[in-house]
Amino acid sequence: MLIFILRRLGVMVLTMLALTFIVFFLTNLEPNLIKLALSDGNMRMTEEQTMQWLENRGYLRPFHERYFEWLGGVFTGDLGESTRFKQPVTELLAERLAATGKLMFFVMITMVPAALLIGVLAGMREGTRLDRGLSIVSIGSTATPEYVSGIIFTVLFASMFKAWGETYAWFPEWLHLNGSAASATGRSGITFYNFTLPVMTMAIYGMGYVARMTRASMAEVMTAQYIRTARLKGVAFRSIVIKHALRNALIAPFTVIMLQFPWLLTGVVIVEAMFNYKGFGLALVEAAENNDINLLMACSLASVAVVLITQLISDIGYVYLNPRIRVK
Amino acid sequence: MNEIGYLEIFARAAVLFWPVWLALAIVMGTSFMFRSRLSLYGQLYDSWVGIIGIFLVLFWVFTALLADFIIPLDPFQQVSGMKRAVPGTIIPDGGASYDVYLFGGDNLARDVFSRMIVGSQTVLAIAPIATLFAFMVGITLGLPAGYFSGKTDTILTFLANLVLAFPVILLFYLLVTPGIRDTPIPTSMAAVLFLFPVVFFVMFFYSRYYTRPDLVWFQLSGVILIGGWMYLGLAFNADPLGILSMDPNTLNIFVSVVFVNSPTVFRIVRGLTMDIKTRDYVAAAQTRGERPWYIMLWEILPNARGPLIVDLCLRIGYTTILLGTLGFFGLGVSPESPDWGLAINEGRQLWRSVVHIALPPALALMTLVLGLNLLADALREQSLKD
Repeated sequence: MLIFILRRLGVMVLTMLALTFIVFFLTNLEPNLIKLALSDGNMRMTEEQTMQWLENRGYLRPFHERYFEWLGGVFTGDLGESTRFKQPVTELLAERLAATGKLMFFVMITMVPAALLIGVLAGMREGTRLDRGLSIVSIGSTATPEYVSGIIFTVLFASMFKAWGETYAWFPEWLHLNGSAASATGRSGITFYNFTLPVMTMAIYGMGYVARMTRASMAEVMTAQYIRTARLKGVAFRSIVIKHALRNALIAPFTVIMLQFPWLLTGVVIVEAMFNYKGFGLALVEAAENNDINLLMACSLASVAVVLITQLISDIGYVYLNPRIRVK
Repeated sequence: MNEIGYLEIFARAAVLFWPVWLALAIVMGTSFMFRSRLSLYGQLYDSWVGIIGIFLVLFWVFTALLADFIIPLDPFQQVSGMKRAVPGTIIPDGGASYDVYLFGGDNLARDVFSRMIVGSQTVLAIAPIATLFAFMVGITLGLPAGYFSGKTDTILTFLANLVLAFPVILLFYLLVTPGIRDTPIPTSMAAVLFLFPVVFFVMFFYSRYYTRPDLVWFQLSGVILIGGWMYLGLAFNADPLGILSMDPNTLNIFVSVVFVNSPTVFRIVRGLTMDIKTRDYVAAAQTRGERPWYIMLWEILPNARGPLIVDLCLRIGYTTILLGTLGFFGLGVSPESPDWGLAINEGRQLWRSVVHIALPPALALMTLVLGLNLLADALREQSLKD
């Protein structure tokens, strides 16, 4: 097991090196450097001035030299300064990751139970009307990317319900939600009013996929021999599902949920840009739009680390949850 | 009275779609009648999920094909006074080919309805073809990786995981920018990625018919002629006949989408191959002395087709979502283009005051993806029955 983890860690480091190298290469392509010069320096610089600007700031030094310099910085904990935010990257990133962490936390605690419930209910009696209905719901949710559900929810909750709340006395006030989460990182903090829409939008897209996986795994378990034995023994259906089936059916969704993180990362970018929430995703978008090299490198490092670590956890967790699997 | 009611809007929209209804009625009607003779496609008509899926997908396919007959107004025409007009606004003075902005006007006073319809063309042109290319790449690399294992497998899997660990948005931001088009990166990526379909078909025919030189020469020259022609036209924009071409913008999007999708396909194919190669018929083929590529392409691949077709459907939907994401961030599309994602993004910036601009393209994208997902589900059900 230890060797397995060590080897995986080695591959992880190699992946991160390769990826940061690629990102560094791409951000240092000439057109991207010019974009940086134009957004950070003066917009109306001539070509010659742009080159001069880049030269003065050391962007035109040999590529490998600068990459190793950056790499050295990583090992000493110095990720450089962000050209877009005029702030040390480590500081900015810590702040932004904390904000996104909160968003992720709420997404996870809404998405996972909902998805598991839908999946288990659909899978425990395969082929029934309940199963069909819930399957359609989960297929529908996988067909609704964040930018679509975000639009629909904002139209409903932020504009229509606002108008209704103002005209009809009976309309519950709390259903009117804020279409912007900008205030959530500000003084007011996270409230139901400003945080529900982004969380809902993100949870919907991922939910369907996890629910489908849970359903498939549950349906498979329900046909197993020991379930039949339990039924013949006369155990109540409810306790068969809860005591016998659930435990075995939830192994596969565990991996799927863990592997959802990379997917959620894309979702985070869209949702944060949509609802104007100052988190990691918005930082990535702004960094990419301005070709803020240091911040982009740090962002890619962070997201790759998240992806790889969740993969590792899902592999190790799988082995622990399923004793039949042995690693070599 | 400057507007028409919602009921009339939908009635008029439904009338404008008449070529689509006609085409749908013909195709779905005949398919339904002869469904018992149409094998897998016919079986889809046995379940409601399949019928709805086919309906939604075909609806958008025909809309894209017949767009010119449906659009009431020029999607690029700006009409003064129609900026952010509410749905059903009547165009002030005549002269236009149609009198109403059915779904309202966008921020530049263009018809949202016509733009939504024309927008389907780009999506349906790029998504399925890009997905097919990704499948070619994934299959051509995944089969040997799963079959031979060993070093090839380790290296290819590492590369696939490398791409998969990349945050998709960041990759798009770096790859799909106007600046990148001036560098040789998109063209060289296209040169590599577009080579795979040609290699695939060459191996496909050669591995089976190499013992019959007369036939194999005929097939190979056909593949290389057609494949080479498409390759030159698509990757290098150097079609000697001048028929095929892809503008740098589209090529950039296309290549990035293929690049992002192929590692996932690779992983699926690799997994399937590792599973199937333990079967008896593979062992039988090996004992017969068949060559590895014959076994991979003619024994393993046909037996992996079930899950692959299901995944193809899902992946076209996913690619549609990806294209929407690209448009949403304004990447790789010209600002005037009627792309759905771009329209959603434009509408989103003003959605507090006007909600109708983003809603039609958002719902259009959703229904198309929903159709593809339902189709995939129906296909999966069918393949489980066998």
